[in-house]
Parts: sequence; C-alpha cells; structure tokens
Amino acid sequence: MTVTIDPPVTAPPPTRDAADVVRRARRAPIRHHRRLVAGLVLVVLGAFAARVLLGDYTVTIPDFVRILGGEQIPGATYIVMESKLPRAVLAVLVGMAFGIGGAIFQTTLRNPLASPDIVGVSLGASAAAVSAVALAGWTGWPVSLAAAAGAVGVALLVRAVAGDHGGFRLVLAGIGLAAAMQSVIQYVFTRVDEWDVQLVLRWLTGSVNGVAWPTIGLLAAVLAVLLPATAWAARSLKVTELGDDTARGLGVGRGRTDLLMLLGVLLVAVGVAAAGPVAFVAFLSGPIARALNGGRTTLLAAGLVGAVIVLAGDYVGAYAFADLNLPVGVVTGAFGAPFLLWLLARGPTGRRAA
Amino acid sequence: MTTLVPSREDVTAPHGGGPARRPALPVSAAIAVAVLAGAGVLSLLVGARAVPLEAVWDPSHPLHPIVQVRLERTILGFAVGAALGLAGALMQGLTRNPLADPGILGVNAGATFAMVIGMTALGLTSMGQFLPMAFLGAAAAAVLVHAIASLGRDGATPMKLAITGAALTAGLASWTTGLLLADRKTMESFRFWQVGTIGGRGFEVLLTGLPFLVVGALLALTGARLLNTLALGDDLARGLGRRTTRDRLVIALAIVLLAGTATALAGPIAFVGLVVPHVVRSLVGPDYARVLPFSMLAGAALVVVADTVGRVVLPPSEVQVGIMAAVVGVPVFLALIRRTGRAL
Repeated sequence: MTVTIDPPVTAPPPTRDAADVVRRARRAPIRHHRRLVAGLVLVVLGAFAARVLLGDYTVTIPDFVRILGGEQIPGATYIVMESKLPRAVLAVLVGMAFGIGGAIFQTTLRNPLASPDIVGVSLGASAAAVSAVALAGWTGWPVSLAAAAGAVGVALLVRAVAGDHGGFRLVLAGIGLAAAMQSVIQYVFTRVDEWDVQLVLRWLTGSVNGVAWPTIGLLAAVLAVLLPATAWAARSLKVTELGDDTARGLGVGRGRTDLLMLLGVLLVAVGVAAAGPVAFVAFLSGPIARALNGGRTTLLAAGLVGAVIVLAGDYVGAYAFADLNLPVGVVTGAFGAPFLLWLLARGPTGRRAA
Repeated sequence: MTTLVPSREDVTAPHGGGPARRPALPVSAAIAVAVLAGAGVLSLLVGARAVPLEAVWDPSHPLHPIVQVRLERTILGFAVGAALGLAGALMQGLTRNPLADPGILGVNAGATFAMVIGMTALGLTSMGQFLPMAFLGAAAAAVLVHAIASLGRDGATPMKLAITGAALTAGLASWTTGLLLADRKTMESFRFWQVGTIGGRGFEVLLTGLPFLVVGALLALTGARLLNTLALGDDLARGLGRRTTRDRLVIALAIVLLAGTATALAGPIAFVGLVVPHVVRSLVGPDYARVLPFSMLAGAALVVVADTVGRVVLPPSEVQVGIMAAVVGVPVFLALIRRTGRAL
C-alpha cells in the first residue's frame, strides 16, 4: 500500500537522533492506521453481533453457536438463519463494497462529492438490474452483469460529458444522469403488473431485507476477487491523489487510475445487484474514514466504516419504530443527506473537504 | 453587448452569441399559439385508442367519452406545464443560474414531502388542504437550498445550488419513503402521483389549484421588469432604484405558488422548467417581458406533447409525463453543463 516517492538518499547519513525522529514521524501514521483498522474491525464485529443476537427476538450466544452448528431450535433457527444472519452478512459485504468503491471515486477524482451514489453510478447499476429482474425475468449472476454494465455505462457517460474538467462539472453531469436513471427505475415499476413494495424499496432506496443465501454467496465470491485486485491496484493511490500531472511525472499513468476506477465501479455495481443502491453509504464512508485516520486516505477503513453504517442503518430501520420495518436505504438517506448538506455548507468549493 | 439594458431591438443571446435575426413578436406569438393548439388537438386524438376528429365535437359519437377524459387531462397538462415553464424562467432569472429548475433545486421535493406529512400525520384528504402544505414545503425547501448554497466564500454559484438541491431532494425522498412505508394506503395512491402524471386526476382538482396558479402567473408576469434589472447584478439594480430584496420576495412568492401548485396537481415533474426557458430565450431573446409569457406557452405545449407521446411510445403501458420530461430534459441539462463549462 505504501509507495516511496522520495529519491534515494545520497546525502551523508544524518545523526542517529534525527534519523530516529524522522523514522518515528513516518511510522506514526502507519501505526495509527493499524490501530484504526483494528478498532473498526472490533466495531464491525460488535455491530454484527448486535444485529444477529439482539433486536425484537434475542438469541443467546450459546444458542447462536448451536444454530450455526446445525442444531434445530424451534423458532430461533429459522429467525437466525433466514432473517437475521443473512441480513447481517449482506450488510457487511455491501457496506464494504460501497465504502471502498466510494473512497476510490472520491480519492481518484479528488472530490468528496464525486461518490458513485451522487454521480448516478449506483442508480445506473440499479436501473439496469431492475430492468433485468422485472422486465426480462433474470436471476442470479446475469443480474450482477447487467448491474455492472449499467454502472460502467453511466460512469463512461459522466466522464464523456464532464470532459477533462473534473470537479463540479462532473458532479453536475452525474446528478443529471442520476435523475434520468431514477426515471428509468420508476418506469420499470409502472410496467410490473403488481405493485410490489419490496421491489420498489430494493431498487430505488436499497434494502438488505429478504435476500436469499445464493445471492449473498455470489456477492461474497465476486468480492473475493475484486477486493484483492483493488488492494493491488490501489498501491499507487497516494500518488494518484496528487493529481494527474504529478502522478504521471512520478510514473503512474492514467491506465492505473482508470483500472482503479473500473474496480470501484464494479464494487458498487455488485453491491447494488445484491442490495440495491443503499443511499449515501459510498458517499459517507470515505470522508468519515479519512477523518478518523488523521486526514489520510484509507480504503480499508472506508470499507469497514461502510459495513458499520449499513449494519447500524439496518438495525435502526428494523427496530427503531415498533411496528415499522424501514429498509436500510431509507435510514441512510435520511441521515446521510444532512451530512451532505453540511459538507456543502462548510467547504469553500467542496474540494478536499473532510 | 454594447448597451447594458437589453432593448427590444438589440437583444443578444444570453450565452454570448451575436445579435441574431429573430422573427417579429406577432409572428413568434402566432407560432407559439399554433404549436399549443396543435399539441392540444393531438392530445385529444392520440392515445391507446386513436379517436377520429369528428368525435371531438359530436357528443353522440361512441368515442366522445374518451375525448372528454382526454380533455380534462389536456387542460390539466396545459395548466401544470405553464406553471412549470414560468417557474423555471423565474428561478433562472432570480438566481441568475442557467441550471435552475423547481425539480433540480429541490422545491418540488419539498412540496412533495410536506404533502406526504399532511396525508400521513395530519390526515388531510382534499386538494384544498394539500395546497397550503405544498406551498409551505416548497417555500421551506427553496429557502433552505438557497441559504446553504450561499454559505462560503463564493456565494450561491449555479453548481452549489444544483448540488444542494440534489442533496435535499435525495434526503427528502428518503424521509418521504419512510413516511409512506408507515402508511401503505397512502403509498398505493401515491404510486403514480410520485412519478409525475396528469392522467386520471379529475377536473375539480384543477379547479382547486387554478386560483393559485392565476395569482402566481400574474405576480410573475408583472415581475418581468424586476428580472430584467436583476439580470444586471444587484449593485446595478439598486443603483437603478430597484428595491432588490422586495423584488426578490415577490418573485420567490410567485415561484412557490406556481411550483407548489404544479407539484400538488401532477406530482414532482423536473426538467420542464429547465428546458423551456432556454429554448424560449434562443427564440425570442433574453428580455423577460417576452421570455416569461413564451415560457408559459412553451411549458404548456411541452407537458401536453410529452404526455401524448408517453401514451403511445411503449405500448401497452403508459409512460408518465414526469418520466418523459426527464427523457427530454436530461440531454438538455448535460448539454448546458458542457456549454457553460468553466464559467459555472
């Protein structure tokens, strides 16, 4: 992950004390990052446990272990294996995918507003996926392929419209396309014969409710390929952050950046294919992880933050209101939008905020 | 630009084109009215079941009831389209922002959210009760978006306004969905309204909203001179003796009345208010005394044509006018972003 951009040291070695100070100063962020990731992993585990064990039906830890071992406990087995556990697992996977995908966008485009859920990439994936599901009757991996095609299509279109100007022009083009994609999704809804609330919630706002294990398995398998690839491609991220020209001067061409962006688009697309465009997770995770990491970009922490957000959002949506089961996308949207407004109000032009 | 105040003879395109040869005012007006009439007739005749022309005036014709239903729908379309076109032109003038539109800047979303609150929490049922809620929501959203976008060094740039509007729309959409989930019955009746539709709304709905539309349109049309002066910038406008704050309030009130009523009547329809003023300006020049009335006519024609095309474009189902408006509007939006480029 770290790239040394300094020229090799040719000056005579400094005194021991000075070298020590430099070394310590350089190690501090790395150590801080390690501590942060460890802490976030603990938080994810805690939220995961809360999501599976607590709520309106409490499961004790010994019971949970027995259920995982295959034992049938009347009532509890069904609730854990068909509702709580798949939701929690999907929340973690989707949160990771959105968090990392969003952080890739925000870092390579150097604009916290340019996250895939704001520039229409998530909704593009969703529009393609819902068309495949509701109009063509597809299931399984073809849906993910359709979602990926939709996401890549929107991403390319945004880039074509924005041209070389990144920044606000790109964000605006994305907002326009997001509106168009929303219209496509709504059109698909009017085409289905029966008004299916679950369908609407999944593809318009995002929901981890009622997802079958095969879908989750597919997502996990795809992520098992995409995440290592992202880690490999992200080695040059710190250089990319310095801007196109500087990065090229330091030997990182556009090809590497484009590959990283493509991986980001794919991460978001497979997440959408499984759970729909959960609002603002991709947008929120990057800046939060960055702030926690002392202002340094970190994809891993962004993914973990995304997992926490989706887990917490799903928990709030499921249990905060007694007789109301809100999908996670409604919760994240309702609380993510104020954060976006705050970011807009705070930053001079939004660039490099948070 | 040789003169500061655009006169009727020397009008220049808003985006830097030279003085263009334009048709005289009566010709433009005649064309606009003809287009409008053509759109109306098409809307009566075209649909899932095509209707011959004689059924329109022959009450005994077997297809006459269809014409009647379509007539209600067409009139509603005219009213909503005129309101949206006018509101868009007003917003673009008021914020000096080529990307302004009641849909993009979150005003429609505010009206929608307030109406859903009214339905679910306050138990409102009739259009007469919805309208005040819609106005409240529209006004609150407009103020909020403008206030947030104005913060920071560079003030309310078109970019910041649009992004703030999109953020507010996204957040309010989530809250709206949450409220609707708690109340499935309202959700069912919301299904088509939420997309933006003028079909099957009935005539009395329009009659309730009409007074507000008329007041809004009158306020707007008297505001043409205010907008022309505001276009010169606040300092200059004040120097010319305008009370800019009061002027802005009058225009903002008109926008809230027009956009709020249109949303209450037909649902949140975006992009009509964006596209129409740009097309109109390229035809009649930047003088708001012309842009405003022509935006009304063009908005009405656009909504009715979009609705008519939506009926037949993808049979057997109908494509709602809100979706058709996005189909037309998004390419224009993208083209505007490209053209305005770095100036934004």
